[in-house]
Amino acid sequence: MTLPPYADLLGATLDHDADGAPVLLMPFGDHVVGRPGFLHGGAIAGLLELAALAALHHALGKESVGIKPVTVTTDFQRGGRAVPTRAAATVTRLGTRVANVEAIAWQDDRTRPIATARLNCLLERG
Amino acid sequence: MDAFDPARFAKRLGWGHGGRLGIAYHDHGADWVELALPFSPDQVGDPARGVLASGPIVTLMDMATSLAIWQRRGMFLPHATLDLRVDYLRAATPGRTVIGRGTCTRLARRVAFVRGEAHDGDPADPVAHVAGTFMLMDTAQGAAA
Repeated sequence: MTLPPYADLLGATLDHDADGAPVLLMPFGDHVVGRPGFLHGGAIAGLLELAALAALHHALGKESVGIKPVTVTTDFQRGGRAVPTRAAATVTRLGTRVANVEAIAWQDDRTRPIATARLNCLLERG
Repeated sequence: MDAFDPARFAKRLGWGHGGRLGIAYHDHGADWVELALPFSPDQVGDPARGVLASGPIVTLMDMATSLAIWQRRGMFLPHATLDLRVDYLRAATPGRTVIGRGTCTRLARRVAFVRGEAHDGDPADPVAHVAGTFMLMDTAQGAAA
């Protein structure tokens, strides 16, 4: 998957875990700050969306499919501190027309997420 | 304490992530605040369609609803977004500024409830609806959460 321009704005890059599943990495910086010293919730939500799209592309393989997020619900669990943030997602259902995706963002410890998101996306199969 | 002034407060938005996206004050009322997100090619999330990524819209609406709470409370007090849902009704037209209006619909003791709409020129033809909640951190219970 080629990340969109918005990923460059965030400073996010695409990596993979031991199983080959996509993981997004976003270093901390002034351009993603909300209240002083903490990540902006919108930047975290943006990273979660990128992780969800990366997981969908990974699940779809080589098939050419347009993806349109219809609803995005973000839950914020902890303040995002001034350290790198990672995000990954699981495709909970891949249908013909709709995909349901759950994304998670964490910093030091994947079992202590700073935010999670659910995305319901329309699929347009070419 | 001076009454909360969204226009003056929003001038402080020129830094951080909101500043990076170019988000600026647009208008306000008794319980609502509007912010503007100018179009920029580096905010595109779907290059094939030239459509904005979700993140800048979430950022815009998180800030507009946040300001609406301070506007309704009449002062700046700490709070934290608990959740925010964004429904994308249609794609924003590439090149257009998106206006986001946040409204505080209810202020409870520990939680503020917000709604919002975003449009790209015609408020009657919105691009997104949002609904969210914020934890109020200035009360003893809120601070302990």
